[in-house]
Amino acid sequence: MIDKIFPTPEAALADIPDGATIMIGGFGNAGMPAALIDALIAQGARELTIVNNNAGNADTGLAALLKAKRVRKILCSFPRQADSWHFDALYRAGEIELELVPQGTLAERIRAAGAGIGAFYTPTAYGTRLAEGKETRRIGSRDYVLEYPIHADYAIIKAERADRWGNLVYRKAARNFGPIMATAAKCTVAQVRETVELGALDPEAVVTPGIFVKRVVKH
Amino acid sequence: MKKFDRKQMAARVARDIPEGSYVNLGIGLPTLVADHLPKGREIILHSENGVLGVGPRPAPGEEDEDLINAGKEPATLLPGGAYFHHADSFAMIRGRHLDFCVLGAFQVSVAGDLANWHTGGADAIPAVGGAMDLAVGAKKVLVMMEHLTKKGESKIVERCTYPLTGARCVDRIYTDLAVIDVKSDGLHVVEIVEDLDFQELQRLTGVPLKFPAPAKAA
Repeated sequence: MIDKIFPTPEAALADIPDGATIMIGGFGNAGMPAALIDALIAQGARELTIVNNNAGNADTGLAALLKAKRVRKILCSFPRQADSWHFDALYRAGEIELELVPQGTLAERIRAAGAGIGAFYTPTAYGTRLAEGKETRRIGSRDYVLEYPIHADYAIIKAERADRWGNLVYRKAARNFGPIMATAAKCTVAQVRETVELGALDPEAVVTPGIFVKRVVKH
Repeated sequence: MKKFDRKQMAARVARDIPEGSYVNLGIGLPTLVADHLPKGREIILHSENGVLGVGPRPAPGEEDEDLINAGKEPATLLPGGAYFHHADSFAMIRGRHLDFCVLGAFQVSVAGDLANWHTGGADAIPAVGGAMDLAVGAKKVLVMMEHLTKKGESKIVERCTYPLTGARCVDRIYTDLAVIDVKSDGLHVVEIVEDLDFQELQRLTGVPLKFPAPAKAA
């Protein structure tokens, strides 16, 4: 019997090694898997590369992981916020590497990884400093920048409901990066508010099919 | 002269957005446009984080942490609205499905280059968000900004000195002094605030502006 439901966040993240690349779902606090991030902090893995749209807010969640100095590098589109003080301090001290990626390029690089695409041309950022040093190409009458996929060892995401096969539905705008991150990691762990019996999720409404999810934790 | 205040600028932009449009409003000043869309026009607002049909701010106590806009402020969803993931959201943007985006700016050049994401300062922490995607993706890119910096320098410039968000992407500029179209042959003044004449606008702007030919005498 397939049962992807793990008893605790700690159990679901126990095997994350130092140096892992981890995608963390969420846009600001919407969709941020807080219980899994707390478990990651407790777990102790270091030298992590983190992929998230932001670089943490206030003192909890991703910001707390940064504060604990467990992150070597972050890929994100919008680190600077009124309450991103932990990132700001690390960045100014040269203690964290930042790869700044336009938001749509970030999403598409994640999607490309999950879809087995080797690279893609996007018009975004052409002629700007974020395209410096990158391959470009004119296709038709437009100029494009070559971008590569972002693969991850783990994705930790938040969803609303799951069954034991790992099928997921989300809630409102908390969906954001969850469905694409789930496809791009070797091991996707979903924190959900509720687990339901197999067959209880409307198959027409499943957003992330269980094939993309390895572990589920109810929290 | 009677400069437009922020609300008047927002109302002026809103007037140009027709029934049935799909629109993304940038963070800050452009967000105000939502409050001035003419009643009776169905206009669908898109938010980068994965919402179409964004409604007004919720009443106090009705906020939902799972329903926010791109500025991470509480939002609502109109009947007919939809949620989707980030790759779909940016397919809508990059794939030219949005009719308009409205963005703030530090500078716009004569050629329509846009600078709005980074001052380039050594100590500045860069953050770009969806600005570069919107600049290349929306069918029409509208910019909303003060005409002059606090020091009185024109924000409409020959060449942007701040790092670019996008090259040759701006279609129309709305400032507190004028509405200006960016065309292949230069900047065309569409409107000007009351009690400001063309010569004074030209003097303040510093780059060549084209003015409409005087109306013919009847």
